[in-house]
Amino acid sequence: MDFGFMWDTFLQLLSGIPLTLNLSFTSVAFGAVLAMVLALMRMSGIRALDGFARAYVFVFRGTPLLVQIFLIYYGLGQFRPTLQEWGLWVFFREPYWCAILALTLNTGAYASEIIRGGLQSVPHQQVEAAKACGMSGFLLFRRIVFPIAVRQALPAYGSEIILMVKATSLASIITMMEVTGLAAKIISQTFRAVEVFIVAGLIYLILNFAITRIIMAFEWWLSPHLRRPSTVEPRLEAAHV
Amino acid sequence: MNFIKTVSLALLGSTLAIGGAAAQGKTVKIATEGAYAPWNFTGAGGKLEGFEIDLANDLCGRMKVTCEVVAQDWDGIIPALNAKKYDAIMAGMSITDDRKKVIDFAGPYANSPNGFLVAKNSPLAKMPGTGEAYNLGTQKAAAEKAIEASKALLKGKTVGVQGSTIHSNFADKYLKGTAEVREYKSTEAHDLDLAAGRIDAVLADATAIIGTLEKPEFKDYALVGPSITGGMLGSGVGVGVRKGDQELKKSFDEAIQAAIKDGTVKKLSLKWFKIDTTPST
Repeated sequence: MDFGFMWDTFLQLLSGIPLTLNLSFTSVAFGAVLAMVLALMRMSGIRALDGFARAYVFVFRGTPLLVQIFLIYYGLGQFRPTLQEWGLWVFFREPYWCAILALTLNTGAYASEIIRGGLQSVPHQQVEAAKACGMSGFLLFRRIVFPIAVRQALPAYGSEIILMVKATSLASIITMMEVTGLAAKIISQTFRAVEVFIVAGLIYLILNFAITRIIMAFEWWLSPHLRRPSTVEPRLEAAHV
Repeated sequence: MNFIKTVSLALLGSTLAIGGAAAQGKTVKIATEGAYAPWNFTGAGGKLEGFEIDLANDLCGRMKVTCEVVAQDWDGIIPALNAKKYDAIMAGMSITDDRKKVIDFAGPYANSPNGFLVAKNSPLAKMPGTGEAYNLGTQKAAAEKAIEASKALLKGKTVGVQGSTIHSNFADKYLKGTAEVREYKSTEAHDLDLAAGRIDAVLADATAIIGTLEKPEFKDYALVGPSITGGMLGSGVGVGVRKGDQELKKSFDEAIQAAIKDGTVKKLSLKWFKIDTTPST
């Protein structure tokens, strides 16, 4: 193991991190909006909307992301005249936007199920209580349902964000030079696959470690009721004895 | 005493016999990419076909070994050779100094220049130097002058190359800052993007471009620009073997020499490339 070489590789791979994070966060942001819409469609009780959302989730969760990227990039590339007519070619011409689209559609499907689970886990009593206080419609959703649902969904959503960071590595097949793309290039110049991939893996670990910490902090902030009041408790226990 | 001598001689004799048989009936596993027509590609029936598949079969016949040709992604083709996943590489791989640091080569068995693939109606179709041949090793100044001349047209254009190839190294050295260079996993992928109009030109081996031009979808495309060989583009295409596998390298070298001498290489080259890529010896 040549640590000097690994350090050089690490420094070179750092330049791929902005694109990796850009792809992850842009697609997670768009995907969250899409997921919210899909989750509400599923819970709307309107047959057509519910059916559409179910079909969407089935297709995008049931096919590999790699295949989706290929279809969007190379597949739609064959329909250039039609896309040009519709004015969409400016968008599909760029590998960046094709990658964002594929990642967004994919995470939208997974996240909509996570959000639906969160929304459905909101205890009925709390909704009833809110209604009794005179809240309804959007106010009820904003004040009661949504905050509780987010708290419930957060751990699963955190995993989804981490999965997305790793999924961006597939963008290298459509010429995006993110961390994995750069790693492949360095391997092609040095033929030292083991060292380069170890360093690339390490970079993903560091990124995801930071992300898990941020999500944990967010979770802690959202759940004050679960925090143990540290100074009060021992005294209470003593009082019981 | 006499008895022991007889037995040991007999034993020695049989080991020699087995050793000889092993060298003759050995199986050599050869890796190819399977996505680099017409050198090597996966045919309609899912079978590997192409110049190198035919040549491998011929060489193995000469070497009196059984050959098994397997497909391996270009990206990892050298590391996997050194990890002993197979014994040799025949995948249109040019013999370059960088690669010689990690593996050995037998051959070359082919030598072909690079070139640009562009649409006939694109301004790039008028690229200067088309039809002129330069050797980057022996006529560096003239070759670089020809490259400079073609760069004027490429300014601000997008050029596709296959990653981890002499062409991507060439693009890094000569086109960076002039054109946007995009790296693809295979030549098939950059051809698709050229047809889709995402890139303006493809930089690749002339033989691969000629193979692409055979397809009906590419009837409105042309091979342009100076034909450049040598220097950083390597000294021809050879069989990659592990360093230290001298025996295999030697038998490949002999087989290649014999195949060049009796015209087999030329015959196969004309069959697959329509041009003669036999290296000059």
